[in-house]
Amino acid sequence: MSMVVNNEKVIRFLLVTASVISIFTTIGILFSILFQAIEFFQLKSFWYFISGTEWSPGHENSRFGALPIFAGTFMITAIALLVAIPAGVGSAIYMSEYASRRGRNILKPILEILAGIPTVVYGFFAALTVAPAIVNLCDIFSINAAYNSALACGVVMGVMIIPVISSLSDDVLRAVPSSQRNASLALGMTHSETIRHIVVPSAMPGIISAALLGLSKAIGETMIVVMAAGLRPNLSWNPLEDMTTVTVRIVDSLVGDHAFDSPDTLSAFALGLVLFTLTLLLNMFSLVQIRKFKARYKINTL
Amino acid sequence: MKHNPFYDPSLSGRHRSARLFKWYTRASILMTLAFLAFFLFDMGRTAYPALWQTYVKVDVTYTEKSARLTQKAIDKKYRKIVSRAWLREIPKQLQHNPELMGTTVKQWVLADDQVDQYMKGHHNNLKQKQIRIIDELKQSGDIELDWNDVFFSKGDSKIPENAGVLSAVVGTVLTLLVTMFFAFPLGVMTAVYLEEFAKDNILTRFIEVNINNLAAIPSILFGLLGLAVFINLFGLPRSSPLVGGLTLALMTLPIIIVSSRAALRSVPDSIRQAGYGLGLTRVQIVQGHVLPIAMPGVLTGSIIGMAQAVGETAPLIIIGMIAFIPDAPGSVTEAATVLPAQIFTWAGMPERAYVEKTAAGIVVILSILLSLNAAAIYLRKKYEIKW
Repeated sequence: MSMVVNNEKVIRFLLVTASVISIFTTIGILFSILFQAIEFFQLKSFWYFISGTEWSPGHENSRFGALPIFAGTFMITAIALLVAIPAGVGSAIYMSEYASRRGRNILKPILEILAGIPTVVYGFFAALTVAPAIVNLCDIFSINAAYNSALACGVVMGVMIIPVISSLSDDVLRAVPSSQRNASLALGMTHSETIRHIVVPSAMPGIISAALLGLSKAIGETMIVVMAAGLRPNLSWNPLEDMTTVTVRIVDSLVGDHAFDSPDTLSAFALGLVLFTLTLLLNMFSLVQIRKFKARYKINTL
Repeated sequence: MKHNPFYDPSLSGRHRSARLFKWYTRASILMTLAFLAFFLFDMGRTAYPALWQTYVKVDVTYTEKSARLTQKAIDKKYRKIVSRAWLREIPKQLQHNPELMGTTVKQWVLADDQVDQYMKGHHNNLKQKQIRIIDELKQSGDIELDWNDVFFSKGDSKIPENAGVLSAVVGTVLTLLVTMFFAFPLGVMTAVYLEEFAKDNILTRFIEVNINNLAAIPSILFGLLGLAVFINLFGLPRSSPLVGGLTLALMTLPIIIVSSRAALRSVPDSIRQAGYGLGLTRVQIVQGHVLPIAMPGVLTGSIIGMAQAVGETAPLIIIGMIAFIPDAPGSVTEAATVLPAQIFTWAGMPERAYVEKTAAGIVVILSILLSLNAAAIYLRKKYEIKW
C-alpha cells in the first residue's frame, strides 16, 4: 500500500514540475530579452531609441533611433489589416449566415490551409510573384514602386491572417443566439439587415478580439518581411517605397558576425522587448474582449 | 402593387442592398479561395522544371592527368557544358573503380546549370557558340532532360545543378525528433495535471494564462530565448538540431497542452467514477483508463503541433540554422539546416536556377505538411469515440 502512495506522490510531483515549465519558458523569454535590452540602454539612450529617426548600426558612432522602424511596421501591418479584416469578416459572415452546413464544413478547412502554409513560403511568393506584379502595375500608370515595397508584404501578410480572423469570427457569429435573428426577421427586416444590425453588433467583441489576434500576428510576422521587405529604415507615408520592420531588424542584427555584447546585437533585444510588450498587451486585450462576449451570452464553447 | 396595404416603397432598395451585401461576403470568400488556388498553381508551375535535369553524353577520358586537372577529362569543346560539380567527383570515381584508369568512356554526365536553363527555355547567359554546340548535341540526341534524382539524393551546394534537399530533410527530421522528445511528454504531463489533478487555485490559473500567452508570442522571440539561454548560457552548440529542437519544443508545448486537455475533457466522468468505485487511486485511473482513452486525441494534437514546427523558420534563423550544410548531419549536436531555412537560403541566391529549386523545396515541405495533417485527420476519424 505504501508503495502505491509513494508512487502516487512521485507522479504528482512530476506532473507539477512539467506544468511549471511553461511558466519558466515565459519568464525565460522575458528575462533573456529584458537583461540584454537593459544592457543596450546602458550603452545607448532610451529616449533616442523611441523617438530618434536615424538608425545607423555597424560603426563607432552608431545611432539607434527606432522611429522609422516602428513606422514601417505600422504601415505594413495597416495594409495587412486593410486586406484581412474585410475579407476575413466577409468570409466569416458568409460561412456562418449564408452557407449551408455542408458548405461551411468544406470551406472552413480550406481557408485554414492558408494558416498552415509556412510563412517562408509566403515570403517567397511575395518576393517572386506579388512584388514584381505590383511594380509592373505601377509602371502602367508610370508610378515608381520599389521591388521590396511595403504594399507587397502587406497584401501577402493580409492573406496570411485572413483565416485567423475568419475562423474566430465565424465561431463568434454562430454563437449569437438564433432567437435574436428570428426576432429581427419576424419584425420584417431582410436577412442582410438582420446580419448588419443585429448579429454583427452582438458579435462585435468577438470580432474585435479576432482582429486584435490578427494584428498581433501581423506585428510578429518575420519571414514574409525578411524576404520581401526592405532593410532600410524609411520614414515615409508611401506604401510603394521600401520599408523595414522590427522583426527584419532583429533578424538582420543577429545573423551578422557581431560580438554578442556589441550594441548592434543588443539592439535586437531592445526591439524584441518592444515586440514582446506589444503582442502581450494585444493578446491580453483580445482575451478580455472574448471574455466579455462569453459573459454576455453565457457561452462556454469558445 | 399600389393597392397593397403592405406596400413599402423602400423595399426594393432594401432588397438590392441585401443582395449587394450577400454578394460582398461571397466575393470575399471567393477572393480568398482564388488566392489560394493561384498560389498553389504558381508554386507548382515554378517547381515543376526542378523535377528534370539536363544530362549530356560526352567522352570522358580517365587518365592520371585528368585525375589531377579534372577539366582535362572532357574534350575542350564540351568543357563549359558539363557540370563543375560532376568533374570534381572524377578522382573519387577513380578511387572506387580503378579499372577505369586509362580508358575513354562515352557516358551521360550532369550538365551545367546554364545549359539546363537553356534546355528548359528559361533565361540564361550562354554564349552563341555554346548554344550552337548544344543544338548540335540535341540533334544527335546526346543531350536530354531526365528525372532529377540529384535534388532528392544530395545536400546543399553552391553549384545549382548539384544542390538537393537531402541534408535539409535529415536536419528537419533530427530537429523534430528532439522537439517531440521534449514537447510530447512535457505537454501531456502538463495537460494531465491541469485537467485531472489541479485544484482551482492561483498557481493553476497563472499556468493557464501563461499557456495562452505562450501560444501568442511571436515565434521570433523564441529564437531570442534560444540564443540567450540555450546557446549563450548553457553553451549548447550553435546551429545544431539540439538547440533548434529545444526552441521548437517550447513553441509546440502550448499546442500539445491545449489539444491534450480537450481530449482528456472529452473522456466521460463515468469512467473515472467506475474506477473510484473499484477502489483505484486517481493516478491509477488516469494511467490505466483516462489517458489511454484520450490517446488518439492527444496524438492528433501532437501531430498538428509538429506540422506547425516543420514550417517554422524565424527562430531557427536566429539560432544559426541557416549555415551552408552540404552533407547530412549525423547527430543532433552537429551543425544542420532545416527545410524552411534551406528554402530561405535558396530564395536569396542570385542564380536563376535556384528559383525552381526553391519552389521545389516548397512543394516538398507542403507535401510533408499535407501528409502530417492527413495522418492527424485519419487518426481522429479512426479512433473517435462517440459517447
